[in-house]
Amino acid sequence: MHELSICQAIIAQVQAIATARQATAVSDIHLRIGPLSGVETLLLRNAFPFAAAGTVAAGAALHVSDMPVRIRCSQCGGETTVPANRLLCGLCASWKTEIVGGDELLLERVEMQCADPLHRGGSVNV
Amino acid sequence: MCDTCGCNVTHANQHLLLGDGHLAHTSNGSASIEVLKGLLDANDHQAEHNRQHFAEHNVLAVNLMSSPGAGKTALLEATIDALRESYRIAVIVGDLETDNDARRLRQHGASAIQISTGNACHLDAHMVHMALHDLDLHALDIVFIENVGNLVCPASFDLGQHRNVTLLSSPEGDDKPQKYPVMFREADLLLLTKSDLTPLLGDFVPQRAEQCLRELANDAPVIELSSRSGAGMNEWIRWLEQSLQLERAKIRDDTVMHKGVGGHGGAHGRGRGRGHSHG
Repeated sequence: MHELSICQAIIAQVQAIATARQATAVSDIHLRIGPLSGVETLLLRNAFPFAAAGTVAAGAALHVSDMPVRIRCSQCGGETTVPANRLLCGLCASWKTEIVGGDELLLERVEMQCADPLHRGGSVNV
Repeated sequence: MCDTCGCNVTHANQHLLLGDGHLAHTSNGSASIEVLKGLLDANDHQAEHNRQHFAEHNVLAVNLMSSPGAGKTALLEATIDALRESYRIAVIVGDLETDNDARRLRQHGASAIQISTGNACHLDAHMVHMALHDLDLHALDIVFIENVGNLVCPASFDLGQHRNVTLLSSPEGDDKPQKYPVMFREADLLLLTKSDLTPLLGDFVPQRAEQCLRELANDAPVIELSSRSGAGMNEWIRWLEQSLQLERAKIRDDTVMHKGVGGHGGAHGRGRGRGHSHG
């Protein structure tokens, strides 16, 4: 599985942000993940402490919002929530639909302690 | 690479670096920064670079994905034999331990670059980029990327390809798209391989496999073929030739469109949905 490498990507992004903001510690990391991203949130949670160990994010709480799969139907225009392996319109059963949510793999927000809480300088690689 | 050269800073995201718009402070004085960035951005960024390399050299890149043993290498052997006279072909092969597949493909006259992934279960855009350094793209028309046999992880990593081709062999069962929606949703073409075995198996119904694909809202064409008997190979070759023509036309259009405005020609990737906030 690649959940550990996803965690390493999270840590790399968080470290870049923390460095730019001169943060002393990262307390909370918020993610948004949909089932169509292919990432299992349980495995991600298990892998996270290993990737975070020894970094500014060690001990940070990982918050994952599991996003629902939402589709919009091009036939009837309806928007419905569906299972990941059945992307048929919940109203008219057409398969001519497009994903509007459920494939997210996003770093949403990072909370951190800064030596100077008003520090806004530097640049953040986002 | 993005973390060092800063090339990922765009008009769209520079506000996150500069302004205070997304930076808030909690009551205890800690900073809260809204990021909304895709976790695979580094990979996706490299994938765009790869796509640009292919476009600059007028090369079609096709990513082949399937479970182990679905017949990717056999398909490539038969494809190279069919196209060798008309097109210049190379293959980037991802394999856990051996270089057996690369050696097989070289025997058919194609250049084959082996990426030994060790225990990694998929190729990523950086691995493909390294392999590109060993290929002379000027002297090529089509690059096949033979991904690691796995129906799970390869689906999440854009490599810079123009087309995803997913193979499903008849012994695997016709309900695989239902079981692996992330993989099959990404397919631009579904190849039902080992069709010569279908009559012997009796329980593999090609129409059922196609129905499962449609239930993923995927309208990709479905071709039944057998690399061994040659059945269906013509249709697959026609699809490849059409894809090459379509991509070359797109590259031409992009070049014309970007001429004189200092933009990059070419990159017109099949961006994945992830990374965008849909809410």
